[in-house]
Amino acid sequence: MHRVVITGQGTINALGADVAQTLNAFKAGRCGIGALDIRDVDRLAIQIGGQVKKYDPNAEFTRQQIAIYDRFTQFSLLAAREAIGQSGLTFSDQLAAQAGVVLGTAGGGMNTQDENYRAVYEEGKNRVHPFVVPKLMNNAAAAHLSMQYNLKGPSFTVATACASSNHAMGLAFQFVRSGMTKAMVTGGSESMLCFGGVKAWEGLRVMSKDACRPFSANRNGMVQGEGAAIFVFEEYEHAKARGADILAEVIGFAMSSDAADIVMPSKQGAARAISGALTDAGLNPSDVAYINAHGTGTAANDKTECAAVADVFGAHADRLMMSSTKSMHGHVIGGTGAIELLACIMALREGVVAPTINYEEPDPECALDVVPNEARDAKVDVALSNAFAFGGMNAVLALRKPN
Amino acid sequence: MAESVKDQVIAIIAEQAVLEVGDVKMDATLEDLGIDSLGLVESIFAIEEAFDISVPFNANDPSASEFDISTVKSIVGAVEGLVAEQKA
Repeated sequence: MHRVVITGQGTINALGADVAQTLNAFKAGRCGIGALDIRDVDRLAIQIGGQVKKYDPNAEFTRQQIAIYDRFTQFSLLAAREAIGQSGLTFSDQLAAQAGVVLGTAGGGMNTQDENYRAVYEEGKNRVHPFVVPKLMNNAAAAHLSMQYNLKGPSFTVATACASSNHAMGLAFQFVRSGMTKAMVTGGSESMLCFGGVKAWEGLRVMSKDACRPFSANRNGMVQGEGAAIFVFEEYEHAKARGADILAEVIGFAMSSDAADIVMPSKQGAARAISGALTDAGLNPSDVAYINAHGTGTAANDKTECAAVADVFGAHADRLMMSSTKSMHGHVIGGTGAIELLACIMALREGVVAPTINYEEPDPECALDVVPNEARDAKVDVALSNAFAFGGMNAVLALRKPN
Repeated sequence: MAESVKDQVIAIIAEQAVLEVGDVKMDATLEDLGIDSLGLVESIFAIEEAFDISVPFNANDPSASEFDISTVKSIVGAVEGLVAEQKA
């Protein structure tokens, strides 16, 4: 078994166009959720989201690239540029032959689907752009990353709805830990803030019309976001030998399935994933100082998640901190775990825990320290990141401060 | 002659519960009829489609919604109210 460390991180999301801007927003408790600026928004009942604004694809990509890069691919490439740049790795020879890219996404190229369905169904066109399929496919972002960075090892996309990124990063972790490869590029991306993407979520009636307020008694649902976060996972000795800046160590991962209900979460399923990650990492519950919660702001998730944490941690549940950064960047669905891992790394490296903003009223069913409204200075040696998806598919990662 | 609002709502609920229309009693709760949270959201969708109305309902807190779903009777009453408002 090899040790696995993170040597690069990159992002673009509603809070910023890179990691520095995003972490500044976490520290300030700034909200990136606002009025959606998308076509046909007037026909939506839900008109808010964590949208990436002030973003001009033409400033980043050529006309030819934009013709084949859906927005979720663009986000992945931008986040990867920052992460791989920071890592200082160049993929060549044996490293390139082994290294791959595993990404999470739920919807893939949903903007491309939306635009082209509109063209053929609503506008009655009988011809579509030749690149519709390679643009919308779920593995497009991973494919473009492999091509751009010469990653010739195992590359694929994981789709487990809201846990996609955590499953993806967990697999990348296992590949490096097993000795299969010295490095993997991993993370997730999502861009479903288009008419069809928001309309579909509206149908489920779990969306808030005004704000995402995780764990607050007056919470009234989730808010969608968009964006990507990408990381470089590297074998510890490899990173150390080349003098890389180690951001954090990935020490454990576990997955579980509720095997119960397609949308209602299960306390037992979540608890098994959390305790599984502790076991995999060789941790005692009392070692954990911070959990980045799944914390969607729905009635069902938040109380179930708190109950699962109480079950796993016992008395220590009252001493650890658990916040949901979805209150700031929104629920980035298949990319959300990757963006949330940034908050875990910030807690480990900088000793600053991102808050749960919009917290207004205590809920006896969520009676944990949710780091309400303001970031907090705290020494964090070990952090967990929870993701619990529709379908009852759960994935939890454990990280440690580098030593 | 067009079916009454009551008959249509009962037909929608019966279909969701996989029951005969005659077995859907007015004082029954959705739970009595075996309709879970997904079944409820689907029933509300069917009601909206049938009457071309918009039902104020958030699954995060069904009891806080203006739309009273406590019994079949309350649902019929709420739908009648929304249909009347729409015609007004």
